[in-house]
Amino acid sequence: MSPAADRAPGATLDVRSITKRYGDVPAVDAVSLDIEAGEFVTLLGASGSGKTTLLRIIAGFADADEGSLLVDGQELRSVPVHRRDIGMVFQNYALFPHLNVEQNVGYPLRMRKVSASERRRRVAEALEAVRLPSFAKRRITELSGGQQQRVALARAIVSRPRLLLMDEPLGALDRNLRDALQLEISRLSRELGLTVVNVTHDQEEALTMSDRIALLDKGRLVQFDSPDDLYHRPVDDTAASFVGESNIFRGAVRGDGSLDVADGVVYSPPSLVDGSAVGSGAVAVMVRPSLVEITLPGRAPEAHSRVDGRVSGIVYAGDSRKIIVETAGGAELIARENAARPLDVGVGQPVTLHWDPRSSIVTRLADETATTAASAPTRKSVSA
Amino acid sequence: MGRVLTIEGGGRRWWVSVGLLGLLFVLLALVVPLAIVVQRSLDAGFENFADALGSASFIRSLGNTAQLAISTTICSAVIGYPYAYAMARSGRTMSRILMTALMLSFWTSLLVRSYAWQVILNDTGLVNELLQAIGVIEEPLQLIRTPAATLIGMTHILVPFTILAIYAQLRGISPDLAMAARGLGATRTRAFWSVTFPLSMPGLAAGSLLVFVLTLGYYVTPQLLGGAGNPVIGQSIVEQTNTLLNTGVGSAMAVLLLVIVIVILGVAARFLGLGRVLGIATERSTR
Repeated sequence: MSPAADRAPGATLDVRSITKRYGDVPAVDAVSLDIEAGEFVTLLGASGSGKTTLLRIIAGFADADEGSLLVDGQELRSVPVHRRDIGMVFQNYALFPHLNVEQNVGYPLRMRKVSASERRRRVAEALEAVRLPSFAKRRITELSGGQQQRVALARAIVSRPRLLLMDEPLGALDRNLRDALQLEISRLSRELGLTVVNVTHDQEEALTMSDRIALLDKGRLVQFDSPDDLYHRPVDDTAASFVGESNIFRGAVRGDGSLDVADGVVYSPPSLVDGSAVGSGAVAVMVRPSLVEITLPGRAPEAHSRVDGRVSGIVYAGDSRKIIVETAGGAELIARENAARPLDVGVGQPVTLHWDPRSSIVTRLADETATTAASAPTRKSVSA
Repeated sequence: MGRVLTIEGGGRRWWVSVGLLGLLFVLLALVVPLAIVVQRSLDAGFENFADALGSASFIRSLGNTAQLAISTTICSAVIGYPYAYAMARSGRTMSRILMTALMLSFWTSLLVRSYAWQVILNDTGLVNELLQAIGVIEEPLQLIRTPAATLIGMTHILVPFTILAIYAQLRGISPDLAMAARGLGATRTRAFWSVTFPLSMPGLAAGSLLVFVLTLGYYVTPQLLGGAGNPVIGQSIVEQTNTLLNTGVGSAMAVLLLVIVIVILGVAARFLGLGRVLGIATERSTR
């Protein structure tokens, strides 16, 4: 993540065990993140995960109960919002309707007492950067959603802030526009060497834009990793189920290091488990639908893990079909059809799902780390 | 306002007849008396108007009225804005308490409120008694029958209009905007003056216009609190018609007042939009 040399690069942001409670309930629970200069970090999580609260704490709209926030090594918590030198893109943009595009973008510069001529120059530059150079005199109400989003972005970067914070910046846009703007925001932040903290609940957006993703669940940091690591090496079943589609089984690692999986799954070979990574006891076994193959009963290769079931549904999803299979144990699994090898299957047909055991991931169970007792494997174990 | 439902057949005819009834009422209660006033004002050609405009006391009352209207408008804005702001931005409980207090005052009879101020401001009233009791003054202060007393009473009576107009406007402004301003480098104070306040201007303007125009026609409160020393237009008209029994000149004065009000509303409508001026603006300001 090397920032562009000719620009003032973004700052480092060190979030140190930030905790925020509402009543007794921690909204953010001892979250620590070390964000590098010029890095694009996304706080990903469902609603109630604490991602927005954490962003508000970084912005200064809320104060933490514990922990510290260091920007380039300096404590930020005691600095009032307007002196934190942040740029911010708000949900629904929060553009000022009584000001035109130019005045909106120039607002942070006016607050920083930048001279009028310098202001004009930098506003023009920022509008150029978001590809709206001829829009300076337009009224906000004359702009489309995508254009408003760009103006909001220009307004956030015009002051060359040390930190760019974005709160669900693309949430209000339709899909095509969102895809285009995702790429554009990534390009811009890299060109300017900005340190970005972005909040979203959209895993696809997080995977596309981020250098690293901080996955939050119920106020706690589940995993802070690159999109690649998060996708291929989730630390537990929460991470596995949140990022990408997955079939998840419960299982247990036996004393000898072999794996015992619930739901009638034959895990083969049972010893192909890195017990040192997960310890013994209850575990989650996960496999991505795109890596699951589907065949007639009894035809699965001996070296593959497998499970028997019946096709319960076929769904067209984008460019491939999703085959939903219900196992004897009642769990629903998903296999994605390989477009190059179309399958001739129908609903109700008995099939065997199988996959290379090396493509499955064995992780710890999130709720087992919170509670203790590693109870018997359960049936209800699959999430998409 | 969403889609328009069309009412068919008998239903529509029923509503039309209700509308006609309303029109008839307006005709009898407003247009006819007004026509009589206009006719009386012209019973000697334009002489009544010449008399009215030539009367030094009428011109003085015009000046008094303008002064009262301007100061009442300013006082209402200065007192009303913070009140409306608190009502729009405080929590639900506080907001309701403020609204209830406002409505209690608003719905209390104008006469009661004017007399209440008389009781407070009299030579033997609450303020003077109190000041005398604690020894600040020996003799009672002249509070009643002063322009200040009228101003206090008028502001108390009319400030709800300002508050409600500003409140409605502020409610339509997302608090996120002021927050965004702070996130972009503005202090709380600057965020207010550069974002919230300009966006609330239409409400402030509409409320102020309403107060200004309403003040022009007030009679009771200036009479009870201001006395006869600094008469407003209303008092001049009453003097002409009731004391001097000169209904022609009195009517001419009333017509002049009406013309002034129409001109003010017309000018304001040009800048604020007719709906807002008439107090029927329904659109909420956008984010």
